[in-house]
Amino acid sequence: MRPTAVKSNRSLCLGHHRCWERVLGLLTRLGGASPLMHQPPPASCSSSCECARVGVRVSALAPAAAPCPAPRQLPCPRLPEPPSRGTSTLIPARLGPWCSPTGSPAPLSCETGCGEGSWILVCRLLVPTQVSLLSMEEDIDTRKINNSFLRDHSYATEADIISTVEFNHTGELLATGDKGGRVVIFQREQESKNQVHRRGEYNVYSTFQSHEPEFDYLKSLEIEEKINKIRWLPQQNAAYFLLSTNDKTVKLWKVSERDKRPEGYNLKDEEGRLRDPATITTLRVPVLRPMDLMVEATPRRVFANAHTYHINSISVNSDYETYMSADDLRINLWNFEITNQSFNIVDIKPANMEELTEVITAAEFHPHHCNTFVYSSSKGTIRLCDMRASALCDRHTKFFEEPEDPSNRSFFSEIISSISDVKFSHSGRYIMTRDYLTVKVWDLNMENRPIETYQVHDYLRSKLCSLYENDCIFDKFECVWNGSDSVIMTGSYNNFFRMFDRNTKRDVTLEASRENSKPRAILKPRKVCVGGKRRKDEISVDSLDFSKKILHTAWHPSENIIAVAATNNLYIFQDKVN
Amino acid sequence: MFARGLKRKCVGHEEDVEGALAGLKTVSSYSLQRQSLLDMSLVKLQLCHMLVEPNLCRSVLIANTVRQIQEEMTQDGTWRAVAPQAAGRAPLDRLVSTEILCRAAWEQEGACPAPGLGDGHTQGPVSDLCPVTSAQAPRHPQSSVWEMDGPRENRGSFHKSLDQIFETLETKNPSCMEELFSDVDSPYYDLDTVLTGMMGGARPGPCEGLEGLAPATPGPSSSCKSDLGELDHVVEILVET
Repeated sequence: MRPTAVKSNRSLCLGHHRCWERVLGLLTRLGGASPLMHQPPPASCSSSCECARVGVRVSALAPAAAPCPAPRQLPCPRLPEPPSRGTSTLIPARLGPWCSPTGSPAPLSCETGCGEGSWILVCRLLVPTQVSLLSMEEDIDTRKINNSFLRDHSYATEADIISTVEFNHTGELLATGDKGGRVVIFQREQESKNQVHRRGEYNVYSTFQSHEPEFDYLKSLEIEEKINKIRWLPQQNAAYFLLSTNDKTVKLWKVSERDKRPEGYNLKDEEGRLRDPATITTLRVPVLRPMDLMVEATPRRVFANAHTYHINSISVNSDYETYMSADDLRINLWNFEITNQSFNIVDIKPANMEELTEVITAAEFHPHHCNTFVYSSSKGTIRLCDMRASALCDRHTKFFEEPEDPSNRSFFSEIISSISDVKFSHSGRYIMTRDYLTVKVWDLNMENRPIETYQVHDYLRSKLCSLYENDCIFDKFECVWNGSDSVIMTGSYNNFFRMFDRNTKRDVTLEASRENSKPRAILKPRKVCVGGKRRKDEISVDSLDFSKKILHTAWHPSENIIAVAATNNLYIFQDKVN
Repeated sequence: MFARGLKRKCVGHEEDVEGALAGLKTVSSYSLQRQSLLDMSLVKLQLCHMLVEPNLCRSVLIANTVRQIQEEMTQDGTWRAVAPQAAGRAPLDRLVSTEILCRAAWEQEGACPAPGLGDGHTQGPVSDLCPVTSAQAPRHPQSSVWEMDGPRENRGSFHKSLDQIFETLETKNPSCMEELFSDVDSPYYDLDTVLTGMMGGARPGPCEGLEGLAPATPGPSSSCKSDLGELDHVVEILVET
């Protein structure tokens, strides 16, 4: 990825390509964070191009012996700028058919008929396992794979458990990472006049093995290949770029399409075998001929050996030239072009590890200000830091913490206050945090308490001891904003997920389950009954399945399309619009 | 369930006498619950998946819970903190420097705790019924020697195990590098030994040596081998209760 020739119009961009060396010297003189020199990754783990094996014919990649003509630039599918927030071009999210005719909100009831504004299932996608991939080498319609072949067969293994879900900036692509270190990218079905109803479905676009399991010989410990986070880079040319990370290593992947290949080499025949030079009598110029569309993913950068502890977050800066990676105790700032150095910008490791009482749980850059970022902690605090203030941002600019409610105090107070996810709103004005029982929205200008608090599953408050015993209390739920920052969504147990409308203060509980797997099926709102009489269709707290947890969800950047990961299933729901 | 000051309602009818007894039972059941929570937390800290590095956030949260329980037990006086230098020291001070104190106490004792002290642990909650009012006078008037040793031994081992958890998380002195290699030599190339023999005891923590080009020097000191025996013993005690 080459730096853009145009000078960045961001002010004081630490990561601008030309500034990087200058800043290096500056920071060293200040006595601040010195760039960490890392060992370059061993040569053995160089790129092995994994082409999508699903749905497209894989052609053997010829070694680049002959000079390849530069691939013709595909017309860049530039999408119009997303509408500015606050305009009415975005479809307002409707949460459910519960308004009585007078317009005043009625209590949520499952007997209400499904009117407009319901959520429908678009498709349920199973990440194809390696087993099934091997058995399907011929042309297979990708739609068949997702809708029929794998649906009723349980090929899923633990490696298929989805560990992260992320839409790209246009919403055209949806990436998932799983415990087996694989990344599967889905692409939205294009609109076509013939099959209008298919619009909105996502099909497999590319699959590749991002990370492999490693063994740290020095510590005699395995390094899991599980993909912790995926973050897309904004599209700047025909190719797509994403960052994927496991516990220790971040990788930059380039996903590009190839629909032409050169033919007519002089030194090689069509199968790639070398020709005997004696048999060559004439010379010809290779020409580009169309071929079946092939999507290939290549690792362009490997950012390794910078984290002692487990990476929990990555975040691309708004300058598109730097990003940060956060582990339990440190946050590092990287430049995309430089893989053997990173700046340490936050370090909360105490000199004496016995005094360790707090860890970093999540971190994110501000969506517009490239000098601002936040990070959350296991004690329920959020710190906002300004990189212009100092090289090492150990002293926060703002400190967000809600005073503890003394009536709710218990031995588990601290554990349930630990923040599992922090997300800036698209406007950049608010941050949302998820702790075990609630979702909170904070105004950046008010540090002493959140402006909104939503109870996700308060009925679990009396079950904290059991949840501590079975470790469920340590589950890390994520939370997401919709495109207009008016609705927030997060997951819960029993494959439930919750949406909260910030304007109308209404909320809904929906379930991502196989029973509702008919395409275009309308989701019925669910309700958990806390005690006393259990109504029909309600589920009691004791019947909840705590092994079915929805930790990862994603919301399309501009439309009301959501992706919900339930173990190895990926559900895509859409707001039904009449 | 463990909200402070929350008393369980007595179901059904009761009279004043029963009410008083119920009050006592509530206190002791709270202590029992608290004790079981403490035990559970310590087991959680120790029984980590040894092949993969344990989740630091989880360990820190559990350790904080343990500290919180210990604080409360010290304030209640049920945590009979007996240490050689304990006289005159405020309980909070003692708590803050617990790890250092326990390590010092442990080194002073210098011996493995006797197996018979397992009884001392179970007697602990029962003796809670007669709470000691002043933490400054930790010695219960009617406690026997074994009872005294029980909580102390347990406290020592609890804190010792807490120590061990965090010690494995920090860099060891480079001086133990030779010990590291002497330990590693034989079991290292035998995968079975690596998986079984090195489990539990010789678990090095995340190393600082990745910064810069110096080789990392984490690793167990040879004392970890004896600590492994202590660890087993503590787990036995916890399991028995």
